[in-house]
Amino acid sequence: MAKDPEGETIERDLIHRGGYDSIRAVRSGKYLRMLVKAEDPGRAKEIVMRMCNELRLFNPVVHSCSVSVKSGGGKGGRG
Amino acid sequence: MRIAVLRFPGSNCELDTLYVLRRVLGVDADLVWHEAFDRSGYDAVILPGGFSYGDYLRAGTIAAHSPAMGEVRSMADEGKPVIGICNGFQILTEAGLLPGALLRNEGLNFVCRWVSLRVESNKSALTWLLPKGAIIRLPIAHAEGRYVNERRAIKELWRNGQVILTYVDESGKPTPGANPNGSMDNIAGICNEWGNVVGLMPHPERGSERILSPFGSEDGLMLFESMISFKDGRDGRCGSI
Repeated sequence: MAKDPEGETIERDLIHRGGYDSIRAVRSGKYLRMLVKAEDPGRAKEIVMRMCNELRLFNPVVHSCSVSVKSGGGKGGRG
Repeated sequence: MRIAVLRFPGSNCELDTLYVLRRVLGVDADLVWHEAFDRSGYDAVILPGGFSYGDYLRAGTIAAHSPAMGEVRSMADEGKPVIGICNGFQILTEAGLLPGALLRNEGLNFVCRWVSLRVESNKSALTWLLPKGAIIRLPIAHAEGRYVNERRAIKELWRNGQVILTYVDESGKPTPGANPNGSMDNIAGICNEWGNVVGLMPHPERGSERILSPFGSEDGLMLFESMISFKDGRDGRCGSI
């Protein structure tokens, strides 16, 4: 797993310094929220997953990608 | 020899690169907008440094999907020099033309300084005129230059002579202290198997004139000279020297 200096700094200098010693590891990452037009949540997930792989929205050498769906989000839904 | 220097939205080293090619080396070079790039008539292409698309998502990711990249890929397949400098290197890795990834510097800071580099391989279009083991000086200026790949893949790069430049100290050793960004094995530049697609984080265009160097060096010129004669002398393929 590639070293994540941002995650390490957040863990050490914010979380542990703030007294939350039970947090054992922090990884930083990106979060993209999308509004997808699809017949059902399963199909929406399929579209987004395929797009992430095809357009290399993540670099599989160093990143992992997971997709979760909230149906009926309307205008962008909620996080 | 005619060289295309691509300009993406957010490129900022394209004019320096063009200047060195035209005015210092005296070769034909054009500045080409990425949406208008047609490879016919060009013997080499340079993807310059900068912050294409504001580094949105990740440095180089969006430019890797630019219409120009189809042409760049064809030139790579034709064995012509395809050179990515800094952000250009990031674009080439994001486009899958070079393996691995360039992540945020280990120290999290933008690092802008001169570094010493050791030529690890003269397999590439940029280094084939240089002796293996030569130490050169060039400036770096980046926030996302930490070269990362699977350990197995890096071993393979070394075995194939695809690691071309490493960050070293004054005595030529790749120490942790000489590593400005946390790159695995102090890697500063790599090439593909043929040696014609090359990516490097240091800026040869900023190190090609004595007046610009605190050391009075012009080592960047040797890299560009290699690129120019690589096409002429090698028909786009590297030979091992």
